[in-house]
Amino acid sequence: MNTFAFWAKNFPQMLAGLGVSLQLAGLALLFGLPLGLLLALGTGSKLRPVRWLSIALVEIGRGAPALVVLYVVYFGLPLLQWTPEGFVCAVIGLTYTTAAYTSEYIRGGLKAVSPGSIEAAQALAMTPVDVLRFVIVPQGLRVAIPALMGFAIQIFQVTSLAYSITVSELTAVASGISSSSFRALEIFALAGLMYAAITIPASWLTNKVEERITLRQ
Amino acid sequence: MQGFWAILMAVPYTLLVTAGAFLIGFILAIPLTFLRRSTMAPVKALAMFIIDLFRGIPPIVWLFLIYFGLPVLKIRFNPIEAGIIGLGVVSAGYLAEIFRGGLLAVHRGQFEACKALGLSGWTSFTRVISPQALRAMLPGLATYFIGLIKDSSIASVIGVTEMVFTATTYARNSPEGIYVFFVAAAVYIGLSVPFGLMARGMESRLQAAGAR
Repeated sequence: MNTFAFWAKNFPQMLAGLGVSLQLAGLALLFGLPLGLLLALGTGSKLRPVRWLSIALVEIGRGAPALVVLYVVYFGLPLLQWTPEGFVCAVIGLTYTTAAYTSEYIRGGLKAVSPGSIEAAQALAMTPVDVLRFVIVPQGLRVAIPALMGFAIQIFQVTSLAYSITVSELTAVASGISSSSFRALEIFALAGLMYAAITIPASWLTNKVEERITLRQ
Repeated sequence: MQGFWAILMAVPYTLLVTAGAFLIGFILAIPLTFLRRSTMAPVKALAMFIIDLFRGIPPIVWLFLIYFGLPVLKIRFNPIEAGIIGLGVVSAGYLAEIFRGGLLAVHRGQFEACKALGLSGWTSFTRVISPQALRAMLPGLATYFIGLIKDSSIASVIGVTEMVFTATTYARNSPEGIYVFFVAAAVYIGLSVPFGLMARGMESRLQAAGAR
């Protein structure tokens, strides 16, 4: 069987693995981004315990490798009498990593909001919550969009680490096929191309969006 | 306590993989950066494609390609070599982009002044352009190196006995094994602090040298 026939034969299985990878990334972003916003607001809080807790959560999440976070969840939850399947562990671990990293990008975005527009909102007697909701967060998030898109591409690649906690995402599927067929080079090359087929166009898109946003400012 | 020492003993492997991958990435990134700056469209496009490919494929897949894939072609590496090369390839992609940014930060007038003074390409690059570019790149390089310390943990999947590999071995054999991961996490965070400080020190020294 030549390489292309081998790829064609295994493609449906690999595509299912890619689907799991995309699901992992999607769920991590879905849960991680709101948490990242909360952490970003928390690190700027006037309440000292809230601020310190947020900073600690962010620094640990960014300082520890994503692989360590995954293992802590995978080996740690059973000690709390809960043994979810690998997929759930992966979503929990990747969500925490996402929240920690995105909080820094969002914080950077929030800082870029001009003090003038905040003062204007205050002068219009908007409540602090409304200032946050209608003035700071919408403007700040817009600034953070390119960085967040870049991170989304990163976390999609990081989902490959879920292989190590028995999740059958793309890398794990490729690894399984590799050990049954003994054609490691070809199957991992296909896996690499499938990842690249998502990440490369996505990074072009990120560049385009970044250009558009910087032009508007 | 035993786990704690086991993790500490594995730190040199973590640092070896990190430093090796950074070095290989650095060396590979130099030609990539020049090709990326080429005025010939096909050369430039090819360099961009290679950089995108290096960065767009997850490190774990590069490691598997090199460690399990290349032996098909009778090219064999031990886990440490494969880990260093695989992470080096990924680093080359990221470092090439950092280099490009650093060169863009050098004012065009500097290139023109070199030409006007009749300096050779080599002299103008080593004496004029790269010192200035290096200063602009340093924060990016430091951030990348610190990130690479964490990424070196991925080499555990092909059996490099660095910190995470040691921790997983320990965790599988003992019910309280989870604690070694906390130790590992603390060591990773602890490692990034001195490197961060070192980078900041280098940066201020280079800045002072530039001001002179």
